Amino acid sequence: MLALENVSARYGSFQALFDVSLEVNAGESVAVIGPNGAGKTTLLRAISKLVAVSGAISMNGRALADVPAHEVIAHGISHVPENRRLFPRLTVEENLKMGAFLPQSRGRFAERLEFVYSLFPRMRERRAQLAGTLSGGEQQMCAIGRALMSGPKLLLLDEPSAGLAPVVVQSIFELVKRICREGYTVLIVEQNVRQVLQVVNRAYLLETGRIKSSGTAAELLASSSIRKAYLGI
Amino acid sequence: MEVFDIFLLEAVLNGILLGGLLALLSLGLNLIFGVIDVVWICYAELIMIGMYTVYMLHVQLGWPLLAAMAAGIGVVAVLGALLHQFIIRPVLAAEPINQLLVTGGVLFFLQAAATLAFGIEFRNLGVRMSPVAIGEMSFSAPRIIAFAVAVAGVVATYLFLTRTYVGTAIRAISQDRQIMPLMGADPDRLFVITSAIGGALAGLAACLLVLQYDIHPAIGLSFGPITFLICVLGGLGNLGGGLVAAFVFAQFISVGGFFFHIEWGYVIAFVFFIAVMFWRPQGILGGK
Repeated sequence: MLALENVSARYGSFQALFDVSLEVNAGESVAVIGPNGAGKTTLLRAISKLVAVSGAISMNGRALADVPAHEVIAHGISHVPENRRLFPRLTVEENLKMGAFLPQSRGRFAERLEFVYSLFPRMRERRAQLAGTLSGGEQQMCAIGRALMSGPKLLLLDEPSAGLAPVVVQSIFELVKRICREGYTVLIVEQNVRQVLQVVNRAYLLETGRIKSSGTAAELLASSSIRKAYLGI
Repeated sequence: MEVFDIFLLEAVLNGILLGGLLALLSLGLNLIFGVIDVVWICYAELIMIGMYTVYMLHVQLGWPLLAAMAAGIGVVAVLGALLHQFIIRPVLAAEPINQLLVTGGVLFFLQAAATLAFGIEFRNLGVRMSPVAIGEMSFSAPRIIAFAVAVAGVVATYLFLTRTYVGTAIRAISQDRQIMPLMGADPDRLFVITSAIGGALAGLAACLLVLQYDIHPAIGLSFGPITFLICVLGGLGNLGGGLVAAFVFAQFISVGGFFFHIEWGYVIAFVFFIAVMFWRPQGILGGK
């Protein structure tokens, strides 16, 4: 579904990604794990065209090279950004409405809103509340809900567990599991290696902008170097 | 005492009428700042162009007044979009002082262009309306019309910003510019639309002012500063604050003018403004 070939990205003189190649197949959930500053967020931003890249990115065989950032979502890629980035002074429902901004999504707003509310009943209760007043876990639900409003094929999740209390983190990963079960293809970036590897099918290890290893979640969980560096075992 | 009270009431009501107009005047400027983060110093000069457009079409070319006004709104809306596209957009990432300077340059450009095109003489539409008397009080008809239309303009803008996709997106982009593309919205396009709306509001204000005031190339100077002060008073970019500030400011002018002299009304209003700036530099309802 999504394929990256030798993708590099830089911020000014600082190169954040070096020849990254990876693939996400339809129906899969794939994680990119790695330490802080490895380039995980940049990788997602590169796919969404928020940073300039060299190399090839394609979605369902269509090259995204000439697609501007605001048209990536029309190719079925929806991005839940780092720190959620809700519109704090819009209500929950207005935030969800922004997720359906694409003209082809507007006609199906009511239907998808109902779907998101059925997935997250808490959002229905909070729909008239300003998003900035939600708790961290609720904000993450709202951000994921907003991303689902465009009816995406591929969901990019950037550190959904970041900044949340441990008990909430657990429920966020349950949520990610549910999203995968709903049939969405998911590419998730996480520092919370132990938990994310229990949710996804496959994973890539990204360190200092380079893919260091990859494999099924079970393989990576069993790998001694990952166990030492990321799981503290 | 009876007579005193009724004229005070008249002053308060006139203040409300003026407040509606000031609210409309500040709304466009405030919207632009709130969303794009750039102050159009030349905002009142756009209004001046709108007034001349209405005057030229109605008086010189003989268009019906309402058609001339509709065209005036359209002209200033297009002007607003062009201003953004060609003047603001290249300096969007520049220092605020540079942004002020370019729009300041546009101010002098428009003033000079109007002087060249229309000369410095005062012109007016020649529309005369008799005052409206309510009991012993009397109100100017253009002021009542201006109030009603201004309120309608403010309400229409509110409904647009809260009920439509594009309006909601305009409020959203004022809160987070960088992630707007992830929603499928093109920030450049939203900014141009916002600028056109700001221009249309300036054009609407022009239609209301042209009924009450003579037109000359420097007329922007008579209400440009007050428009800006009201935005600052309410908290720059805070639309609700701007509305409150417009009505408060108008009462100071109107009631202050009633107790002393009309010019004193402005003095009192500006003293109030300076006092607020010491007390709450972020504006009455400003948060930051």
